Amino acid sequence: MGVLTKQELDYLEENLRRGANETEQDIVGAEWSEHCSYKSSKKYLRLLPTKGKRVVVGPGYDAGVIDIGDGYVLTVHIESHNHPSAVEPFGGAATGVGGVIRDIMSMGTRPIAVLDALRFAPINGKGKSSAKSKWLFKNVVKGIADYGNCIGIPTVGGEVEFDSSFEDYCLVDVASVGLGRRQDVVANGADAGDVLVLAGGSTGRDGIHGASFASKALEAENRSAVQIPDPFLEKLLLEATMEAVVLGCIKSIKDLGGGGLSCCLSETSDSLGLGFEVDLAKVHARESGMTPAELMISESQERMLYVTDNRGLPTLQSVLEKYRIPYSIIGRVKEHQDLLVKESDRIIAQMPSQLVAHAPLLDWPARKPAYLANPSQFRTPRLPADLGKALLALLSNPTIASKRWIYQQYDHEVGVRTVAKPGSADAALLRLDRDDKLLAVKLDGNSKHCYLDPYQGTLGCLSEGRRNVICTGAEPVGVVDHLQFASPEDPEIFWTFRQAIDAIIDYCRFMEVPVVGGKVSFYNETSKGPIKPSPVIGTLGLIDSMHYLQKSGLSEHETIFLVGATLPELGGSEYYEYIHKIAGGTVPVVDMQVDKRNGNAVLKAIRNGIVSCAHDCSKGGLGVALSEMAILGEAGFNVDLSMIPNSCSRMDDLLFSESNSRYLVGTKEPEKLRTTLSSERVTFAEIGKSGGNMINLKTGNKPVVRISLPSAKRQFYSLEKVMC
Amino acid sequence: MTKIGIAVFPGSNCDRDVHHVLNNVLGVQADFLWHTKDRISGYDAMIIPGGFAFGDRLRAGIIAAHSPIVQEVKRLAKDGAPVLGICNGFQILVESGLLPGALMMNDSLRFVCRWTKVRVKNNKTPFTHQFGPKQSFDIPVAHGEGRYMADPLMLKELKRKNQIVLQYDNDDPNGSTDLVAAICNENGNVMGMMPHPERASEELLSSGRGNSAITIFRSLVSYLRQQAIV
Repeated sequence: MGVLTKQELDYLEENLRRGANETEQDIVGAEWSEHCSYKSSKKYLRLLPTKGKRVVVGPGYDAGVIDIGDGYVLTVHIESHNHPSAVEPFGGAATGVGGVIRDIMSMGTRPIAVLDALRFAPINGKGKSSAKSKWLFKNVVKGIADYGNCIGIPTVGGEVEFDSSFEDYCLVDVASVGLGRRQDVVANGADAGDVLVLAGGSTGRDGIHGASFASKALEAENRSAVQIPDPFLEKLLLEATMEAVVLGCIKSIKDLGGGGLSCCLSETSDSLGLGFEVDLAKVHARESGMTPAELMISESQERMLYVTDNRGLPTLQSVLEKYRIPYSIIGRVKEHQDLLVKESDRIIAQMPSQLVAHAPLLDWPARKPAYLANPSQFRTPRLPADLGKALLALLSNPTIASKRWIYQQYDHEVGVRTVAKPGSADAALLRLDRDDKLLAVKLDGNSKHCYLDPYQGTLGCLSEGRRNVICTGAEPVGVVDHLQFASPEDPEIFWTFRQAIDAIIDYCRFMEVPVVGGKVSFYNETSKGPIKPSPVIGTLGLIDSMHYLQKSGLSEHETIFLVGATLPELGGSEYYEYIHKIAGGTVPVVDMQVDKRNGNAVLKAIRNGIVSCAHDCSKGGLGVALSEMAILGEAGFNVDLSMIPNSCSRMDDLLFSESNSRYLVGTKEPEKLRTTLSSERVTFAEIGKSGGNMINLKTGNKPVVRISLPSAKRQFYSLEKVMC
Repeated sequence: MTKIGIAVFPGSNCDRDVHHVLNNVLGVQADFLWHTKDRISGYDAMIIPGGFAFGDRLRAGIIAAHSPIVQEVKRLAKDGAPVLGICNGFQILVESGLLPGALMMNDSLRFVCRWTKVRVKNNKTPFTHQFGPKQSFDIPVAHGEGRYMADPLMLKELKRKNQIVLQYDNDDPNGSTDLVAAICNENGNVMGMMPHPERASEELLSSGRGNSAITIFRSLVSYLRQQAIV
């Protein structure tokens, strides 16, 4: 199966000064796939701001490394497994978890948390499409649960969005955070004569051409390109790696992921600046008769490459034997700079590693999509007679409803670090090395906003991530991005990608928060069409003070403040899309100046200890955010909508606009909070009080929405019913 | 000096959590003992922690039940040393024959991770003697196969011999027979429980639901210290 283009073949031959044989073409084909080489995106990824005072290692290695003081570092990485999950959701999602965990291990750090961001077509219709998407959803969740639970890494948070652009498809993004001592971070060095040890699962015919499969639109189900998960073996690899790191017997580590041995060997050899000579006859294979090309590009899971020297080898071997992990010594590090692949004495492939590891870059033309250049007129929806009914419907919207059905299937507490449990706060909170040092982490995406305005939509995801970690009392210290689009060869798609990149550059520069890791996934499309642009942003925040918030729920007798202004920005809102089936309108805009000021003011108030709960306003707007606070805290409220700073002319706009930079804050010390917020010069208002058993929204004395807490709860916890 | 051993199997994943609570929260020495160990000496009690020993291959707990260390645990149990199995540790104790009954797939057929409430039925064991009679407390569960099964005859015996130690208190996560959350052997020195006390031993991790579960470990430690005096 030839996967290289004519131009790539010419480039390869020109550099080799000879023709490449078939195996060489397969090796290069795997490494030069979009999935492994980033050939369409690299030029733009280089523009992202990746430097910061805490950044030890930025994007480009297996995981970014952030210094958190006291001699400790955090590592973080995000990946997707979209194509495999769309074909075989259980295995695809499970191996996605496995892959991202190995990236964290590769740095010499122990994974302490997993998060997932999932996107599916709607599940609550009657037709075939919703049955299929329910099946995908159910099995993706089961795949993540089975893998994470077995290996003993808590899945602590995430987000889920349903949108019809994911019909017959799904996006499965998994992020992981690791914690380790700075001195144990594997520095990745090697010397000529060092030993290459391939450990873990045997190499089989599963996942053949997986990387190439993920680098094309999904047209036919290619099951052999999907890998088989074995979390037990990964757990053994994890413990063995951690033990070997502490014993100091490893000089470099690299996990095997997309592109299998081809990518792992060429990238490691290239980054070390030294050649590798490997003998494929030594590779422990699952079946006999595998061709050299199959051995080189198989994506069998749970495999690691360790580079050690003659002195460290016996120690490494004894660790692997303790855990009964199969391994083979497949070759040595050489003075030359080639990837030299042999099978016993026969040379199979010999190419400069630098050539293999660096695909010729591409730059695709970009053009503003027609649907945005000439937006069709859309009809403003009629104001619903009963806004309470609309609010209840939004609360049961699977994108908004409680994700309890998901997170109760995930072991989210193993590791005894989970301070804020899933569903209780805006971000997951994890204890780090000490009781007073906590990590806040969250994933955010919004495909509906990003479709209508990829630049503002991406800014919105970044702003939401910032708000989420700030609501726990954390200071944002880094982000990871996962950029998911359809084919970059389509100028209209590529334009949306470049808009998203621009947004990340602008926002992260302005906020002085570095991008510490990321991933690009193109070709997310099926015969039904392209997905909506779907950047997912992971935000990490640190808490180093006594004041933090474990919950976003209200308690009785709190005064409710709203920070930030509400504008009529309903484009891509859940209200327009889910209630009125309208795709169009103005997407919420991020004013970065305001966004920064509002966030800093709320953070200051939390750290002063005068806030009892905080929640951001995002999907579903003010109406949904207030209801969520009431449901989570089991306390109703009375809110006067006429107090809200806004420029809306309609009540539904005011209730359901998804304007950015807004925070809802509950306090028992309204005087102090008023003083703090005034001194920070932010737009804010005191909008009501908590208490009772009703969700009560009015303007002055005129009731607008009046629903009972139990009925709101029933809608909010309705996902279990949809999924049974 | 009181010393507690924590059995570690390939696939154990709550071993470090139990170790943390014993060492850092209670200041008791606890050591990891690898599953191949066929001679245990110098340990006053053994804990078999949760996780997926041997990846739950064949059936949860069955392979671990045949490992060298469990033969030693059986010997210690016979000599009267306290043995506590948590979650997968409970499954291992049942598979090894140290505890009666069986643990089946939850009635929801799904893994369940959430907090629940349990009530102390027997506060005369080494693991529960510091609880008040019928005291109830909050504690999380996290398991796929935690539905305790006993036939009517066995249940009658368990009740007669006061072997039901903890019961779910109006909040059943898995469909266990008679709401059983923990049982002990006839002597009371071997206990298996599905909920995770190590996850509810610190205020910081309990979301305001209290850390009474640490009393399981406190009871054990005080029992061992009293034994040492006697």
